[in-house]
Amino acid sequence: MVYYILKRLLLIPILLLILSALIFSLVMFLNPYERLSVFIPNPEAAIAGIPFEELITRYGLDKPFYVQYYNWLKELFHGNLGWSASARMSVFKAISRYFPATVELMLLSALITFAGGIFLGTYAATHHNRLADQAARVATSIGVSLPEFVFGLAMLVIFYAWLGWFPPGRLSYWANEIVYLSEFKRYTGMNVIDSVLNGRIDICADALRHLILPALSYSIGLLSVVLRLMRSSLLETLGKDYVTTARAKGLLEKVVIHKHARRNALLPVITVAGSIVARMLGGAVVVEVVFNYPGMGRFIVVSAQGLDFPAILGAALLIGTLIIIVNLIIDFLYTVLNPTVTLR
Amino acid sequence: MGFFLRLVRDPLGAAGFVLVLFWVIIALLAPVISPPQNQRNPYAIARTGFSSIPQPPSEKAVFGRTSGGYDILYGIVWGSRTAFRVGLIVVSCTSLIGIILGGLGAFIGGWIDETVMRVTDLFMSFPFLIAVIVMSIVLGKGLDKVILALIIFGWRHYARIMRSEVLSVRERDFVSAAKSLGASKLRIFFRHVLPNSVFPVFVLATIDIGTMVRIAAALSFLGVGAEPGYADWGQMINFSRQWLLGIVGDPFCYWYTYTYPAIAILTFVLGWSLLGDVLRDIFDPRMQKARRGSS
Repeated sequence: MVYYILKRLLLIPILLLILSALIFSLVMFLNPYERLSVFIPNPEAAIAGIPFEELITRYGLDKPFYVQYYNWLKELFHGNLGWSASARMSVFKAISRYFPATVELMLLSALITFAGGIFLGTYAATHHNRLADQAARVATSIGVSLPEFVFGLAMLVIFYAWLGWFPPGRLSYWANEIVYLSEFKRYTGMNVIDSVLNGRIDICADALRHLILPALSYSIGLLSVVLRLMRSSLLETLGKDYVTTARAKGLLEKVVIHKHARRNALLPVITVAGSIVARMLGGAVVVEVVFNYPGMGRFIVVSAQGLDFPAILGAALLIGTLIIIVNLIIDFLYTVLNPTVTLR
Repeated sequence: MGFFLRLVRDPLGAAGFVLVLFWVIIALLAPVISPPQNQRNPYAIARTGFSSIPQPPSEKAVFGRTSGGYDILYGIVWGSRTAFRVGLIVVSCTSLIGIILGGLGAFIGGWIDETVMRVTDLFMSFPFLIAVIVMSIVLGKGLDKVILALIIFGWRHYARIMRSEVLSVRERDFVSAAKSLGASKLRIFFRHVLPNSVFPVFVLATIDIGTMVRIAAALSFLGVGAEPGYADWGQMINFSRQWLLGIVGDPFCYWYTYTYPAIAILTFVLGWSLLGDVLRDIFDPRMQKARRGSS
């Protein structure tokens, strides 16, 4: 067991090295001139006087792949992720600003996904073949197929354009001004938590008002996945002998379901939880663009459209690391919950 | 035939079948429903004028026109061909790669299996959507680039599933029987192991046709997919984004610009996913029991 964890932990840096090399090699598909274009803010005005060749040599853009990769890696170990031309700040600063916003969105989405999915899945399974169950079957089929951006846009049309309840963005204008004052202390970078710590409930409410629609659009598909899984897993568990035994003992149906059946039925949900969290980490892209939410996903799209590769490399490396760690935790958790599985 | 009956007897399966059939018919009859303006390039959405304001449905344009004078009905009809092309090409390539890599790796075992699985792990730790976005931006604009990017990063699930299936089928009695009869390794793999382990891949592939179309539409929506004016549902929704909020006092006045493409994407993806779910029930009796409930 210890040996297995050690092996996996040792593999992480190697995986990351290959991962970053792969992303870096993607960049190499572009010729030096295209990669140089990031550094030139206004090509029409400046085209005459730019010493292209000189700049390419200075930034080392014509060197072979391994030299450029080595240079990037060397900078990385000095804590320098490079300059993001599209965000007009260093990549490190951009990530430390956008990442908490995404984490905030993700935590709320995960809460909706798992709490909602497990609760509704239990309800559907215990009301098997009745109206609620049939409705769940149809609703999850639609939920799984609904593209995030279609659902998100529909939400925007209804709750912003029509009713005017939930605006896009991250904070209202008035709240934004307060958040950037020096009296407002930033502990985590997440508005909801920071505002509570600063004793500003009104800002917390405003942040939640901006969060609710993106989180809902983001979690609707994943909630359907969890609901389905929970439903079918619980139905299978309810047919097991020990559930019959528990019922025969005369236990309350509530106790049978919550104490005996649901705990075992959760196992497949936990197995899938890892891939869901991993998908969440990499998937906020579309929702953030739809709701104009300044998080990692929108940062990546904007920087990708501007061929801003230091930014993409930094962001992808961070997300890749998180996915690898999440997968490790899930594997570990799985053995704790299910002692019949042994890790090698 | 009995198989087909089982498929359509399930109401959800029947619904899926009807939806997919509907889009097949639309795609086949595209030249009849919306005759192309330019015979050589039918995928360029027919447009009249360059008016930036959408026009509501009329006799000339049944679904209305979006900004730039693009005919919405035309885009939806020819977009169905785009959707089928993306879905079928991506899924057939990715599932084939997955079957070969995962299947042969598990069958041969040893360092080949180990290498294949480590490479799969590596691709698994890529955030899929971000990888595809970066890849298609690097490759340049165009739907074929999106297809290529989806293939490069889409095969990993198939390799995993195929591997675990082959690992269990490999130990079955009929494989040992074939071995003792002196069948060659290749023959055992292609005649005995492969046909018995390919069904889960088949089910996943059915669902994935919709999923891949959904992702390609998301890419077009983000502006990294098809060229402007190409018949593609995601792009049509991207067109409609600036009209989403309507005008003051009438938030739904441009409803036709987003409603029709959204319905098109939803029904296409839904059709394939329903079909896949019911196929899974049919092929996997254990799942069926779980679904129907044995209690």
